Amino acid sequence: MDQELRELYQQVILDHNKSPRNFRLIDHPTNHAEGYNPLCGDNINVFLSINDFGIIEDISFQGSGCAISKASASLMTSLLKGKSVDEAEKIFNKFHELVTDKLGDNPDIDELGKLAVFGGVREFPARVKCASLAWHTMINALHNKNEKVVTE
Amino acid sequence: MDSKADSALIVDRKIYDVQKIRNDFPILKLQVHGKPLVYLDNAATTQKSQYVIDKTNNYYEKMNANIHRGVHALSQEATEAFESSRITIKNFINALGKNEIIFTRGTTESINLVASSYGRTNIKEGDEIIISTMEHHSNIVPWQMLCAEKNAKLSVIPVDDQGEIIFEEFEKLINEKTKFVSVVYASNSLGTVNPVKKIIDLAHSYNIPVMLDAAQAVNHLKIDVQQLDCDFLAFSGHKLYGPTGIGILYGKVNHLEAMPPYQGGGDMISKVTFEETTYNELPHKFEAGTPDIAGAIGLGAAIEYIEKIGLENISHHENILLEYATKAVSDLQGLRIIGTAKEKIGVLSFHFENVHPHDVGTFLDFEGVAIRTGHHCTQPLMRRFNVPATSRASFGMYNTIEEVDVLVNGLKKILEVFG
Repeated sequence: MDQELRELYQQVILDHNKSPRNFRLIDHPTNHAEGYNPLCGDNINVFLSINDFGIIEDISFQGSGCAISKASASLMTSLLKGKSVDEAEKIFNKFHELVTDKLGDNPDIDELGKLAVFGGVREFPARVKCASLAWHTMINALHNKNEKVVTE
Repeated sequence: MDSKADSALIVDRKIYDVQKIRNDFPILKLQVHGKPLVYLDNAATTQKSQYVIDKTNNYYEKMNANIHRGVHALSQEATEAFESSRITIKNFINALGKNEIIFTRGTTESINLVASSYGRTNIKEGDEIIISTMEHHSNIVPWQMLCAEKNAKLSVIPVDDQGEIIFEEFEKLINEKTKFVSVVYASNSLGTVNPVKKIIDLAHSYNIPVMLDAAQAVNHLKIDVQQLDCDFLAFSGHKLYGPTGIGILYGKVNHLEAMPPYQGGGDMISKVTFEETTYNELPHKFEAGTPDIAGAIGLGAAIEYIEKIGLENISHHENILLEYATKAVSDLQGLRIIGTAKEKIGVLSFHFENVHPHDVGTFLDFEGVAIRTGHHCTQPLMRRFNVPATSRASFGMYNTIEEVDVLVNGLKKILEVFG
């Protein structure tokens, strides 16, 4: 496999694509949003259960998309579970800077943790939206609290 | 020659010199990610031959001037080249007269012109317009907009699991309220060639006019508008190995005469005062403003190039590629072909059970292979087949059996990574 391609499709991404974590509904989410990429038809629903102390007790997703978008959603849910809403927003900003190349050539891998696997996306402008769809949807869900609660 | 290729293909190579054709297309010499370009996205747009590029450049280098009103030499030369393209196009689709050939920006504008001009004049509240499930968004949205404005109804012919129109359902949809039918001749997503003659004949038996979206048909099938008896037909230059930004609306002269102009401006008038304007005669009534002169000349050149090779030969060649590719991908694990109609143009849409089309597209790109991945501007059709998107390889006159092998080998590599 080509090196650049290998950077994009790292083993972690392939694993999360094959067996996505938290790929399920939350029965009574406190927050929910739907994300849609009209360019490719990718569609994702993010569900959150946030307690009175602003802690994300549970987070899940459902939908259809490519390996990059599915792995991104899967990693995001694993990472945000147990975090506070404030922390979630901070991590979102960091992720966003990583995939849109704002961190330059030497992003702090330690600080980014598992998210560093998405560094390869920077080389594929057409795929940045795939990686960030779940994250934007999560942010929408956080901000639209009580507006779009799913009850089914 | 690949060992898998049968003797029919070898025979074919003698009468159809694909290498010679490839040499006429400079872009095919490109490398992508260090691999020779394998361009299999012809349903999105086709490449341009040196002949078309030269003819287009020649206009800018030797005769650039505005057309129709100039009395100087260059303007007359440009007008002559522009109008001679119109005649080439008229002959190509066997229209009755050159006044039935309207230059537009493309298929989309051609359909919008008819929806706007014919539609607004003739569609009333409660009327019905029929399209099919396999329409491109450009043959859905203009009619939807018209229906919303007029409080009319848009009816949709369903398609079966093979991706063929269910003709009996079309018969059932027709009623006394039906005032217009607009269907795609060949589907960009499935490759299906629709029974347009049958559709036109049935609609005409109820006095309903029919428009054909021929964007994907025009570079594969010989079109004779008089034999088809369609009322309107639209296509784009860039899918016909011609330039982008230029397209054609064919309309029967009686319809075009009766229709009001689509846009107002220069060239479409014969007399203007502040009280009143008299419109120009056909086809100029529908060509307001300075057109894409180079594009029109390029489109004429593209047709000349196609006719030199022969549309039937091209179509035969593409059918061989389609048949070979269909057979080759059928063995791949978890692959489902979307669109298995009996009659198809060179379009192969497929979907892997476990690999998303976007990942397929990115991996193939690194093999030098350009295919289309996504919904192909046919979202309702994707829903019909219960897929979010497909991968689509579409063949053109310059593609080869060896290129199909590169595609299939690329797909095998993808399965190794994702399997």
